[in-house]
Amino acid sequence: MIKTAAKKFYVFLIFLFLYAPIATLIVLSFNASKTRAKWGGFTTRWYVSLFRNDAIMNALLNTLTIALIASLTATVIGTIACIAIINMKKKSRAIWMGITNIPMLNADIVTGISLMLLFLSLGLKFGYGTILLSHITFCIPYVILSVMPRMKQFNTSTYEAALDLGAGPVYSFFKVVLPDILPGVLSGFLMAFTMSLDDFIITHFTKGAGVDTLSTKIYTEVKKGIKPEMYALSTLIFVTVLILLLLINKAPADKKQKA
Amino acid sequence: MNKKLIDLQHITKSFDGQMILDDLNLYIRENEFLTLLGPSGCGKTTTLRILGGFETPDQGHVIFDDQDITKLPPNKRQLNTVFQKYALFTHMTIAENIAFGLKIKNKSKSYINDKIAYALKLVNLEGYGSRMPDSLSGGQQQRIAIARAIVNEPKVLLLDEPLGALDLKLRQDMQYELIRLKNELGITFIYVTHDQEEALTMSDTIVVMNQGYIQQIGSPEKIYNEPENAFVADFIGDSNIIGGTMIEDKLVEILSARFPCVDTGFGTNRPVDVVIRPEDVILSSPANGRLTGTVTHLIFKGVHYEMEVTTPDGYEWLVHSTGMYPVGTQVGIDVDPFNIQIMHKPASEDEEAVKIDE
Repeated sequence: MIKTAAKKFYVFLIFLFLYAPIATLIVLSFNASKTRAKWGGFTTRWYVSLFRNDAIMNALLNTLTIALIASLTATVIGTIACIAIINMKKKSRAIWMGITNIPMLNADIVTGISLMLLFLSLGLKFGYGTILLSHITFCIPYVILSVMPRMKQFNTSTYEAALDLGAGPVYSFFKVVLPDILPGVLSGFLMAFTMSLDDFIITHFTKGAGVDTLSTKIYTEVKKGIKPEMYALSTLIFVTVLILLLLINKAPADKKQKA
Repeated sequence: MNKKLIDLQHITKSFDGQMILDDLNLYIRENEFLTLLGPSGCGKTTTLRILGGFETPDQGHVIFDDQDITKLPPNKRQLNTVFQKYALFTHMTIAENIAFGLKIKNKSKSYINDKIAYALKLVNLEGYGSRMPDSLSGGQQQRIAIARAIVNEPKVLLLDEPLGALDLKLRQDMQYELIRLKNELGITFIYVTHDQEEALTMSDTIVVMNQGYIQQIGSPEKIYNEPENAFVADFIGDSNIIGGTMIEDKLVEILSARFPCVDTGFGTNRPVDVVIRPEDVILSSPANGRLTGTVTHLIFKGVHYEMEVTTPDGYEWLVHSTGMYPVGTQVGIDVDPFNIQIMHKPASEDEEAVKIDE
């Protein structure tokens, strides 16, 4: 009895430490008083003024379009890469999987600086395009990571059976291979989307003047002195990422139930 | 005789420098049930994949109906394959699976529905159209895979160990089913298996392969009764393979006893291999046999007794007989001349390596 109570208390402590900061943030975003020191009653005023702030709305739009385009492109490239890797011999497959895994373990700051240097040496103009390119780059490994296990499970003779029945390679891919690996592709897409949404460091190094995503916008705003609108914005980002994470975890589970 | 439908000419194929098929030549007649039989790694599946278009030979040509189809992709070939692991499309219903090939050919809806009904009836699975493949047993899935292939009316059906994953009873039922299907459809079946019993039961022609070479081509009776070399004799059922000497036409010396036989043309006093099937060894009292030996092992097998008879020179004869001789009994051994099969001894080490599975 005491043991279970102690266990529950321990778990409670873990979650308290993990989520207390976020809870504080969420509570403050509804605080009518401008200072953090006292509770001035419930309000959604910060949310309203947030949506009236053009600079922030612009950053939000950038964030969303970059995340969407980058994750879609990365999903296509990553899935194609998986098809290539799965058809390699064992040794070169291991090498290529290693190469695609390294960028995920690499420190963001290293990725960010190296991308910046690359864009500089190529003479690219820093702005929306460079952010998009760098986001596509760091999203691809996550797609491969998520599609590869499904690809390995796929029974090659199913694809051959489709060819055998008269289907062309492209038709066979969309009709037979894709439905089978779809859960992996979807969770890869969502993971890439979350990563892109979440990124600050790499964006910071590859963005040009005047172009901002939410994370870089918040960073500049905070330097000027923190405003309650930022609490509201951070709360919204947290909720969005939370929903995406739930979706990622749900996608493979759904497939299992059907099978 | 029906005309040649498929002609494989000088097919050579290697993977990673390892030779899988070496100058293989084989033709298949229309409406034939041909089985490629051999141990794993003998090249039988590679041969089938070359026919299906999934592999391209390094050298040689595949002639189908007088046309060279060596480089034709699988989707352009008038052959359909039944795969070892069924390879059904798991996210489609049974009916959608069967309709897959017909939809690509833009057949009308009513034609497709008729075909689905016909194919399900043919494989005894009427009313299964709306089920999902996962809800079917292995045997049922395999029959759907066959139905999916035959609705396209291929000239040839390729079957890659289709019964390998099924249990014994189901496998036997499916063997009869396949023979019935072949007779009803009147198309050519090319069947790959390592199971010699399966091959003997179903085939018109058996091609025994080992290490990329064809060892013997012939009817099941011929392959079983007159194996051309020790590998074939050993692979197709149990047998006694004994080194002997061909004294003259129709007379062979085995273990220093002379046996009349029916083979001619091996020359005089030539070393040969002699194959005698265990069920062809006649045991009697020592006085009536050409050789004498002692029964050293006895096992009851149901249909017959399996005995081991050791002759004084140490050779252990495998004998299947309905008569029982207890262990330790002295017996005489005789063989009917028709049941003695003489084979050339491999001339060189090289040839031996090819013929006997290592």
